[in-house]
Amino acid sequence: MSPAPEDASVHRALGLSDDEYQRIYELLDRHPNHLELAMYSVMWSEHCSYKSSKIHLKRLPTEAPWVLVGPGENAGVIDVGDDIAVAIRIESHNHPSAIEPYQGAATGVGGILRDIFTMGARPIAVMDPLRFGPIDDPRSRWIAEGVISGVSGYGNSVGVPTVGGEIVFDETYKGNPLVNVLAMGVLPTERLVLGQASGVGNLAVLLGASTGRDGIGGVSVLASAGFDESAEDTDKRPSVQVGDPFEEKRLLEACLELLDEGLVSGIQDLGGAGITCATSETASRGGAGMDVDVTAIHARENNMEPFELMTSESQERMLAIIKPEDLAQVEAISSRWEIKASVIGRVTGTGQLRILDGFDGDVLANLPASTLHDDAPEYNRPITPPSDLAERRAKDASQGPVSCVDDLLSLLRDPAWIYSQYDHQLFLNTVVGPGNDGTLLRLRNPRNGEETGRGIALSTDGNHRWCHIDPRQGTAMVVAEAVMNIACVGARPLAVVNCLNFGNPEHPEVMWQLSEAVDGMAEACIAFDAPVIGGNVSLYNETNAVDIAPTPVVGVIGMHPSLSTPPPSIGFPPDASLLLLGQVPDTHVSLAGSQWAWEIGECKDGTLPIFDLEQAVRTSQFVAEAVQKQRLLAVHDIGEGGLAVAAAEMAIDGGVGAQIIDHDDHLSMFNESGGRFLAVVGEKLVDTFLRDANDHGVPATQIGRTGGTSLNFGSEITIPVSELEFAYQNKLPEALGLGTVSA
Amino acid sequence: MTQRVGVVRFPGTNCEFDTIDAIRSLDGEAEVLWHGQYDLKNVDAIVIPGGFAHGDYLRCGAIAKFSPIMDSINSFAQDGGPVLGICNGFQVLTEAGLLPGALQKNAGMKFLCSMQQIEFVSTSNVLGHQSTAGDRLLIPINHFEGNYVCSPEVLTQMQAENRIVFRYTDNPNGSTADIAGICNQAGNVVGMMPHPERATSHLLGSTDGNSLLKSLLAA
Repeated sequence: MSPAPEDASVHRALGLSDDEYQRIYELLDRHPNHLELAMYSVMWSEHCSYKSSKIHLKRLPTEAPWVLVGPGENAGVIDVGDDIAVAIRIESHNHPSAIEPYQGAATGVGGILRDIFTMGARPIAVMDPLRFGPIDDPRSRWIAEGVISGVSGYGNSVGVPTVGGEIVFDETYKGNPLVNVLAMGVLPTERLVLGQASGVGNLAVLLGASTGRDGIGGVSVLASAGFDESAEDTDKRPSVQVGDPFEEKRLLEACLELLDEGLVSGIQDLGGAGITCATSETASRGGAGMDVDVTAIHARENNMEPFELMTSESQERMLAIIKPEDLAQVEAISSRWEIKASVIGRVTGTGQLRILDGFDGDVLANLPASTLHDDAPEYNRPITPPSDLAERRAKDASQGPVSCVDDLLSLLRDPAWIYSQYDHQLFLNTVVGPGNDGTLLRLRNPRNGEETGRGIALSTDGNHRWCHIDPRQGTAMVVAEAVMNIACVGARPLAVVNCLNFGNPEHPEVMWQLSEAVDGMAEACIAFDAPVIGGNVSLYNETNAVDIAPTPVVGVIGMHPSLSTPPPSIGFPPDASLLLLGQVPDTHVSLAGSQWAWEIGECKDGTLPIFDLEQAVRTSQFVAEAVQKQRLLAVHDIGEGGLAVAAAEMAIDGGVGAQIIDHDDHLSMFNESGGRFLAVVGEKLVDTFLRDANDHGVPATQIGRTGGTSLNFGSEITIPVSELEFAYQNKLPEALGLGTVSA
Repeated sequence: MTQRVGVVRFPGTNCEFDTIDAIRSLDGEAEVLWHGQYDLKNVDAIVIPGGFAHGDYLRCGAIAKFSPIMDSINSFAQDGGPVLGICNGFQVLTEAGLLPGALQKNAGMKFLCSMQQIEFVSTSNVLGHQSTAGDRLLIPINHFEGNYVCSPEVLTQMQAENRIVFRYTDNPNGSTADIAGICNQAGNVVGMMPHPERATSHLLGSTDGNSLLKSLLAA
């Protein structure tokens, strides 16, 4: 028999290459039928198989004594003491959100929550790093408003608080927004379950929503290709799923009850690649096989084809592996929560995934379950640095029209308009919520709600400007930024999850960016002793063949060991000393990669400021301990917009100004050298504090005093705090056409 | 004295365990009452907590009012039993006819989650035993449909009968007469949009909800 298919257009239309067809032919030792081809096409899609990135992801550190579950499962899990485990995951829903913003974002939230309760954890927090095209572009605004409403509409209703995130507007995301969603949950360690099917004769029960024709081929057609301006993109709209948060809420409660009652030996959510993915992954993880009866799948419409049932990405569904004798109890709990439960599969010992037309009916597909992912292709795609790299790095990013006061005002933006639309307080854990550096939640025992006296800190960060200039150092700085954020609320990092948003992997320059970013992330994660325990890769983020700027986004989770009082706010108190902690920028510090250079100087090139990773480790540890010991009156890390924006945000939050010595030129005000904090301490403690910092190898200098009603840099630059506040609060509402907020 | 509080759980309710935790932190007893049952388990007071009962798909509270437990709560309220509806619970109480008026979408047409200052207008109800009219409290709001409306006649009547329990000092949602909470004529049924259970720890930024829940426990 020849390996060439009768009609090559069939597998190509499903997104499989000719080489991949050949591989399937060899694995089966025959031609696949159409259903089998459809199943391989979704499982071998970029989105599900990580075929372009896997080879690089292996370089990330993934282990530590406290890591219970690392990458490869539905979520990463760490041990946080007291027999409590925390499950965390981040995912992208970029492409669906570009096509249908509300549902794309809503189902992004729904999908990530299922990844968490699949592990046996109750989801208690969502974070949403969001990136959109320019705010003056009407379509980008439409996408932004839709996405924010989708996160709000789904997250609030399903009952999981959205406790933080990011919002970035930039030309690079025009046409291809980045909608990343992180979720975190807590569980009693003994309840940890994995997505595996074992025990021949056990049943696979499909729980939740009916399977419909929505989201067919979402992972292959939609998530694994870029956008252009053709009508075809509009035609992709049926590949976006529709979310139902009320269904999800009932499904969540029912699944947690099933787990509490010990009725489930393995459980897996249905996301990308639907039933194909859930059945084949559970079977092969458990070293088993499975017979699946397509006629038993509760469907939304009649006459659905087997390939539609097997690849549909209808939301709010779970697959539970149970013992036959527990079926009645499973059905009773499902019925109490008004969710459907159908026995669609039986665990077998053959290793084969068989799709049947009725358990005793015709065999529609028959393939070794493990081949769907273990044998997915792995590409070592060509890698080439940009040809003009040296030229780009030689540019001076400090040129441009400089007006320090106006520049500072234009760089301020208050995200409150966004996060006030999210329930960020549910579950009574939110000690520090959105709008601050890091988020801090009370850690309570999931068994009885009792306080542990400790806190869990979270931060999500990305920076396309830094990573565009230097993906390796930029990514290391992004990890450091997230660690510094949680240091501000008194926490040290335990683990990292990542969402690697890049362009088209078939472009060698994009693969160079990805490879460099992975190396930068690995260096930083090793330095901070925070392994990567899960993540997601989103490729083909491109519009009209133009790739987005590389945007690795990280979520860092950390621990505050003794949480008895809230950490200091960022707000200036009156009459105290303002200190600059951390790396001292060299005299000719670069503005390259800064928000100033990008937005005001209009230069996207240059060389990043020198970044000392070890110094950032020392400084963030020192700050976290100072916060824990309640030595600081206020603290804020210096990130986007540099020292001037950090100081302005502190002045606005406290309603108090400051006199800052020097730092009165755009280089020192707006440079984004990494690893720095602004901290405020009481006058009498300054000398001791500076000495301690010095003893810990942390550069520290007093750069001013807080007080008064204006923020002053040197002797020339004075801005009333009320003016800063007005600019800060009105930037987003004005740009979105919502009028002015009174200061 | 310790009272037993029943906290109602509809499918889609999400503040039931927060409410139970808050009541227990004040030495009260609390347990879940499933919406599909009639039995109130001899509790001394009832809280209908926040969330999205039945997904709030038709109209907030419009399906919940048909749940069996609402029949029992109706009788319990007629007999003078203390009933507190928080947020979605307030919406359910208006749909069930235990409180007048309705809650429509916020004037800004956006969901709002923020700390809000409210003022006690009348303390002649089950929440007011530990407070004085004019007391100001910091209590978070968290709703899309919190914009209270009623006819001018009902408003006049409620004002005359001292039934406006709370008003916002800085109206966030367009509510008629800045209303944040109201009660029935007997003062035993109270509905409020802000979430007192979210203001019960200094770690959460306010403890002003404690006096309200303590008052309910002592009612």
